[in-house]
Amino acid sequence: MLDFIQQLVSGIALGCVYGLIALGFVLIYKATEVVNFAQGDLMMLGGFFVFTFIGLMGLDYWLGFLFAVCGMAVFGMATERILVRPILGYPQFSIVMATIGLGYFLRSIAGMIWGTDDLRIETPFSAGVLKVGDLVLAHDKLSVIVATVILCVVLYAFFNYTRMGTAMRATSENMLAAYYMGIPVKRVVSLIWAISAAVAACAGVLLAPITFIHSNVGLVLGLKAFPAAVLGGFGSIPGALVGGLIIGVIESLAGFYLPQGWKDIAPYIVLLVMLVVRPHGLFGPSMRKKV
Amino acid sequence: MRFVFKTDYDQDIRILKHSGYWWSYGVLLAVLVAAPFLLGSYLQSQLVFVFIYAIVGVALMILTGFTGQASLGHAAFLAIGAYTAGFLQSHGVPFIVYFPTAAVLTGVVGALVGFPALRLTGIYLVIATIAFAFIVEEVLARWESVTHGNEGMRVRTLDLVGVPVPRDSASFYFLCLLVLVGTVLLALNLLRSPTGRAFVAIRDSETAGKSMGIDLAAYKVKSFAISAAITGMAGVLFAHKMTFISPEMFTLLLSIEFIMVIIIGGAFGVHGAILGAIFMVMIDPFLTALKDDVPVLAASVASSFGMAQDAATLLQDKLSKIGSAAGLKGAIYGLIIMMFILFEPYGLYGRWLKVKLFFQLFPLYKRATFKRQKTYVKSERNR
Repeated sequence: MLDFIQQLVSGIALGCVYGLIALGFVLIYKATEVVNFAQGDLMMLGGFFVFTFIGLMGLDYWLGFLFAVCGMAVFGMATERILVRPILGYPQFSIVMATIGLGYFLRSIAGMIWGTDDLRIETPFSAGVLKVGDLVLAHDKLSVIVATVILCVVLYAFFNYTRMGTAMRATSENMLAAYYMGIPVKRVVSLIWAISAAVAACAGVLLAPITFIHSNVGLVLGLKAFPAAVLGGFGSIPGALVGGLIIGVIESLAGFYLPQGWKDIAPYIVLLVMLVVRPHGLFGPSMRKKV
Repeated sequence: MRFVFKTDYDQDIRILKHSGYWWSYGVLLAVLVAAPFLLGSYLQSQLVFVFIYAIVGVALMILTGFTGQASLGHAAFLAIGAYTAGFLQSHGVPFIVYFPTAAVLTGVVGALVGFPALRLTGIYLVIATIAFAFIVEEVLARWESVTHGNEGMRVRTLDLVGVPVPRDSASFYFLCLLVLVGTVLLALNLLRSPTGRAFVAIRDSETAGKSMGIDLAAYKVKSFAISAAITGMAGVLFAHKMTFISPEMFTLLLSIEFIMVIIIGGAFGVHGAILGAIFMVMIDPFLTALKDDVPVLAASVASSFGMAQDAATLLQDKLSKIGSAAGLKGAIYGLIIMMFILFEPYGLYGRWLKVKLFFQLFPLYKRATFKRQKTYVKSERNR
C-alpha cells in the first residue's frame, strides 16, 4: 500500500511537470487556436537562460528567475512577430510545421551555445525533503507542484475575470469579429505568446534541479505534455493540470506495475483512446457545430 | 509557348496534357535509365535514396496534399513495411510474396489509423499520428521474438526470383526506379479518378464534399490505407537498401523529414514530392561539402579584399569551427522549414511554376496570381 501511495505521489509530481508544460500549449491554443510544437523547447531555453544568469553571472536565484522569465517573454513576443504573425490565417498545419522547425532550430542552437552536457544550478529547493509519515517528497518536486497550482489559478482567473482575458477568449472565437469589437488582435496575440513563453521559462527553471538543463529536455517532455493537454481538453486551463496529473500518475503506476516498456507508451495509448472516445477532452468545449 | 486547344472533355483528365510532355518525360526517363552507367556508385546510391523518399513523398502527397489529412506518423508505416520484409524474408518467403504482403499489411494498419481520424481534424489528427508512431516504435523495440528489439535486425540481400539483387547494384536501382514510376502513375491515375476528386473535395471543404454525397468516412480511410500501403512498399526497399533496421531509425525525426519532403517540394502535385525528395536527400552531402569549402573560400575572399593574413586564417578557423559544431544540421533543417513556410509556401515546384508563368506571360506577369488567400482565424470549435 505504501508503495502505491509513494508511486501516486511521485506520479502527481511528474504530472505537475507535464501540466506546467501543457499549460503553455493551452494558453496559446486558447487565445489563437494555434498549437506551438516548440513549447518544450521554449522551456529548455528558459532553463538555459536561468543557467546563464545564475550559473555563469552569479546572480541571486530569485533575481535570475525573474530575468529568465522576462527574457523569455520578450523572446516569445519576438517569435510571434517574426514567425507566427506572417502565417496566421493560413492553414493550421503551416504553423505546426513552422513551430516544429523552430524547435529544431532552438535545440541545436542551444546545444551549440551552451554545449551538450547536463548543466545544473543551485536552487533553494535542491536539498530539502518533506516527510509526511513514511512518505517522502523532495522539495524540488514540491516546488513544481505548488508553482503549477498557483500558475493555473492565476491564469484561470486572468482568462475569466479580466478584460484582457475576455479579449483573448473573443480573439480565439473569431478574430475578425474581435477586431470589429475594437480588440487589438495583434497585441493580444503578441501578449499571449509572451505569457506562454514566460510560463515555459517558469517550467524550465523549476525543472532545472530535477531533469537538469540539457538541449533535448524540451523535446522529450514536450511530447509527453501533448497527451496531457489533449486529455484535459486543449484550451482548458484546469484541464491542462488535471490532464497532466492523470498522465503523470498513469506513467508512474505503469512503470511500477506493468512490464518494462509500458511506462513510455501508456500516455500515448491513453491519448489515442481519449481521442477516439472524446476528442475534445475532459474539460474541452464541445466541437459540434451548432446550427 | 503552346496553346492547348481543347476539343474534348477527356483532355482535362489526360495524364500528359500535350505531346510535348512525351518528349520531356521520355528524356527524363532515358536519363534515369542511363544514370547507373554514367554515375559513380555514391551518386547512384544517393539516387536510390531519392527514389525511396520520393515514393514516401508521393504517399504523403495523396494523404496530406490531396486529402488534407496531416500525418506525422509515416515513419511508423515505413517501419512496418521494413520489418514485415525483414521478418518474412528470414522465414524464407520470396520477395514477390512479401513485397505485396508488406504493402497490404501496412495498408490495413493505415486503415486502422484512419478510423480514429474520422472524428479528428487538424491538430488533433497530427497528435494522434504522432502517438501512433510512438507506440509502433516502442512495440518494435519490445516485440523481440519478431523484431529482435533494440539490437536491430539484419536484412539479407534481396532475392528476386532466384537472382540476387545486392543493395549497391544497378539492378536494385532499377527496381527502385520501377516502383517509383509505378507509384507515380498510380497516384496520377488515382487523382484523375472519382476517388481522387473526392479526396480533393474533402481537402477543400468537408461540409461541401459531404453535401455532394461523398462518404467522408470511406474516403478518409481509403486515403490513409493507400498512403500507408505505398509507404510500406517504400519500407521494403528501405530495409533492403539499409540491410540493417532498428527501431531508432524510425523516429519522429524521420516522419518530420517526410513532411519536409512535401513542404519543400510543394504539397499540391506529384512533382513536388519528387523535387522535395531530391532536396532532402541531397542537402546532407551538400552541407558536408559546404562545411569544407566555405571557410577556405571565405578566407581567400577576405584576404583578396585586403584583410591581413592572420585575420583571414582566424576567420577560416572560426568558420570551420562553426561548421563542425555538433547539431548544426538540426539548426539548418529548422531554418529550412521556417524559411519555406514563410517565403515559399508553394515549395520548389511552386517556384518552378512561377518562373514558367513569368516567361510565358513575359511583360504581363502579376505576383498576385499566386497570392494565397489569408483568412481571419475562426474557432475550429464552430467549424
